[in-house]
Amino acid sequence: MAALLRITIIMPGITLSTLNPGDTATIVAIHAEEALHLRLLALGFRSGKRIEMIRKASFSGPLQVRIGTTDVMLRRSEAAKIEVCRGAVA
Amino acid sequence: MKRIALLGMPNTGKSTLFNRMTGGAARVGNWPGITVELLSGKILLGGDMVEIIDLPGIYDLHGFSDDEQVVRHFLHDNVPDLALVILNATQIERQMSLLLQLKQLDMNVVVLLNMADEAKKYGICIDSRKMTELLDMPIFLISGKYGTGYAEAIQAVTKALRYPTPGMAEQLRSQLEQDEHIEAEMARVMKHAVQVPARLPDNLTEKLDRVMLHPMLGLPLFFGIMYLLFQAIFLLGQPLQGGVAELLTWLRETALDPMLSGLPAWLYGLLLDGVYNGVATVAAFVPIIILFFLFMAMVEDSGYLSRAAFLMDALMAKLGLDGRGFVMLLMGFGCNVPALMGTRVMRSRAMRLLSMLVIPFSLCSARLQVFVFITAALFSPQAAPLVLFSLYLFSFAAAILTSVLFKGRFANNEPFVLELPPYRFPTGRQMLMRGWLEVQHFLRRATKFIIAGVVLVWLLTNLPPSAAQASADTLAGMIGGFLNPVFAPLGINEQLTIALIFGFVAKEIVIGSLAVIYGQGGEALGGALAQQLDWVQAYSFMLFTLIYTPCLSAIATLRSEAKSTGFAAFVIIWSLALAWLVSFAFYQAARALGY
Repeated sequence: MAALLRITIIMPGITLSTLNPGDTATIVAIHAEEALHLRLLALGFRSGKRIEMIRKASFSGPLQVRIGTTDVMLRRSEAAKIEVCRGAVA
Repeated sequence: MKRIALLGMPNTGKSTLFNRMTGGAARVGNWPGITVELLSGKILLGGDMVEIIDLPGIYDLHGFSDDEQVVRHFLHDNVPDLALVILNATQIERQMSLLLQLKQLDMNVVVLLNMADEAKKYGICIDSRKMTELLDMPIFLISGKYGTGYAEAIQAVTKALRYPTPGMAEQLRSQLEQDEHIEAEMARVMKHAVQVPARLPDNLTEKLDRVMLHPMLGLPLFFGIMYLLFQAIFLLGQPLQGGVAELLTWLRETALDPMLSGLPAWLYGLLLDGVYNGVATVAAFVPIIILFFLFMAMVEDSGYLSRAAFLMDALMAKLGLDGRGFVMLLMGFGCNVPALMGTRVMRSRAMRLLSMLVIPFSLCSARLQVFVFITAALFSPQAAPLVLFSLYLFSFAAAILTSVLFKGRFANNEPFVLELPPYRFPTGRQMLMRGWLEVQHFLRRATKFIIAGVVLVWLLTNLPPSAAQASADTLAGMIGGFLNPVFAPLGINEQLTIALIFGFVAKEIVIGSLAVIYGQGGEALGGALAQQLDWVQAYSFMLFTLIYTPCLSAIATLRSEAKSTGFAAFVIIWSLALAWLVSFAFYQAARALGY
């Protein structure tokens, strides 16, 4: 687990929380605890899926993202656990 | 009796469909995960009585939320004769995973793809025949809102029930973990039976959200909408409330008084001043409650509450609550009871309890009546609105202080991940049914309490029989005298103390009981109060009234929603302590400053 965590930190990828409204990215990995991971999976968050940042609430509020036809709001702290890369995955 | 289980993700219109099938016994709401208790109804299908059970909406059959465990346990312990799976056609690409998980359980399944009308608008094209073939399950496109496709689906359900139930083998449950298989299967079905446009057309929801969730305009708009909503409820509700009250008084004077005048005085007093007044208090409330729920149903089913939660979450997070908590606090300004019930949408128990701890500080319409009366009697017309406004500020301050103090005790790290459903315009039928069901719940809960409370008030002000009504020699008078040392440091005299005790039952009784105690009503009562009290005493009394226990119905609701008598007791004790401290600080400080 510790090793896994270290890899996560070193990895050069960006997280969902850093995207700007209008940006589109591809999910690379989800580094969340199991309960949150399952919830995100069920809402359509899977590696390889396209995700669009719709808007960010003011005062560091939650984010609105779109996956497929589903709009989801989540806090920035949760979005920071989702690793993405800009553009399509090869 | 054969059993049908309704299964599906949140926001698929499952509850609406359940209401349609059973003729109305469940809540409908555009909130993820709103169904908390297992609702069931019996209907006649193809000549046989069939029981339908509405299971909570779940995202994942092996998830960890309470709801997901409830469903898993239910399916494990009571294999239904038929699983009626409802999927949201607009989100078919992700909802199919749940269907495939359920398919692996080898149950009798009929699938309804709901919101077919909405999917069509998005340009999502679903070939249900092809999908039926690929999945080997009967699949129907329906629109729960308009009822299209409903008749065919019911026919298929009736037909499917004729087949014997395949048993669910224990080893099937372990197969549930095979997510990879599900992924592959999903891709296969999607590829052949569903076409989703690469980019969704710019629809109404997007346009509305651009304004409603605007970084600068979003919050002011939200407060504006809430303000208008409460204005509308009171503008429409108060004349209705007055009308019902007048009607009930008229009924008493023209029919009940002459009819019961032959009874002994004590029985007459108990029946009319006790029981009848109790029922009338509740009944006069009904119009406001109905309106409140009609508007609530409209806001809730429209999908706007999710937006409000989005807007307010940043501020609420600092208080240990989340966006939904603020919405409930606002609802409390109408009446605390529905606001307390509204916390059901929260999944984390700790957060739900913290919300229920702060909601009773919302200055509800009943308390507003008390404040309007007293400010009119003791303050100049120029000062009165400011005094009222300051009480609203105190109401917010008490809620904020409480959540800051107790957020550690009710700590929760539940992630705030919520689906943002598209705006939907609820049909009139949905709104009315919802309003009616909530009113029934409210009446059932409130009636017993208010009747018992008012009977008690009557007894306290009339016993022992030798004492003059509401005098110092009655039980109420003695209690007032006994409690005087506690309330004297707040500037609250014995008469006001008795009114506070009555206010414990319901704030509507406060002014009425003062009228009994002072032997005067209306303007004369205002004059008597102004003669006896100065503004510091009156304001201290109002602060106490604002902060201490809202009313017995709220406490009863709180107890049943929290399923804990201890927690209800804690709420009472904390609010009493806070009320005393705030009034004490205010009264002593004002006196020290020479007012």
